[in-house]
Amino acid sequence: MALGLFAGCGAPVAVKAASVKPEKERKTAPDFTLKDMDGKVVHLSDYRGKVVILDFWATWCGPCRIEIPWFMDIQRKNKDRGFEVLGVAMDDEGWEVVKPFLTDLGVNYRVMIGDDVTSQMYGGVDALPTTFLIDKSGKIAAVHVGLASRKDFEDGVEQLLQAPARVAPAGGGEPVAALGAK
Amino acid sequence: MQVKIPVTVDPGFHVNSNHPSEDYLIPLKLTWTSLGALEGGQVAYPTPTMEKYAFADKPLSVFSGSFALTASFQVAPNAAAGPGVAAGKLKYQACNSNTCYPPKTADVNVAYQVQ
Repeated sequence: MALGLFAGCGAPVAVKAASVKPEKERKTAPDFTLKDMDGKVVHLSDYRGKVVILDFWATWCGPCRIEIPWFMDIQRKNKDRGFEVLGVAMDDEGWEVVKPFLTDLGVNYRVMIGDDVTSQMYGGVDALPTTFLIDKSGKIAAVHVGLASRKDFEDGVEQLLQAPARVAPAGGGEPVAALGAK
Repeated sequence: MQVKIPVTVDPGFHVNSNHPSEDYLIPLKLTWTSLGALEGGQVAYPTPTMEKYAFADKPLSVFSGSFALTASFQVAPNAAAGPGVAAGKLKYQACNSNTCYPPKTADVNVAYQVQ
């Protein structure tokens, strides 16, 4: 079922009602400290107040390669609306393989190299891609394990962007293993 | 002497073949780490199947189900009589139709007796 939501001025954008969890069921996304391609430290908490797609992926992962151009497009369309994509590459070889991939594809969002600590905080993240949709309060509104549909991401992002911000105090969050998939 | 090394991939999953269709895919590869009294160890892989998945434009060269690798050995000229083990590592990377798992390594041990 589709639900029309009104976002200030402009035409309503139809989004699927079931794209994200109800607010009361969301858990805080664990904060992490990773470095991007320029060596700059990235904390998830830096993005509090924004809607975030947090994508765990790897260069050897075919389904991940399908989704990345979608994320680039969603980033391009929503960057000025309080939205960011963050990629966490799980390649053991690190920047040696990730950097050429990002350059070749022209990835337009920040990507960090993941580590075991971050992976464990997010429930292990063994299956790739695993993508978390995080609301403006820093809470996990949806989890997609495996190749999802572009529309699921677009609807989820739109739904969260249209929701009023309820920014909670920044915290470390808790492990999200109990969340499971989807 | 030839030794067959049986491999079984869980239902619904596949591993990339020894010659994946795309450069970015991680191949199946058996590497011997210790041969003991044996020499050689050349590995023959079965003929892969070409399977189409939603996450790739073209069919991919994969193995699934049960198959066998064949390793060829010779006894070293100076080998002493007695038991031994050839040890190796099988690196593989598995996916199902919409999810991939990090590359892993399985131990492979071939026990033999030099007479």
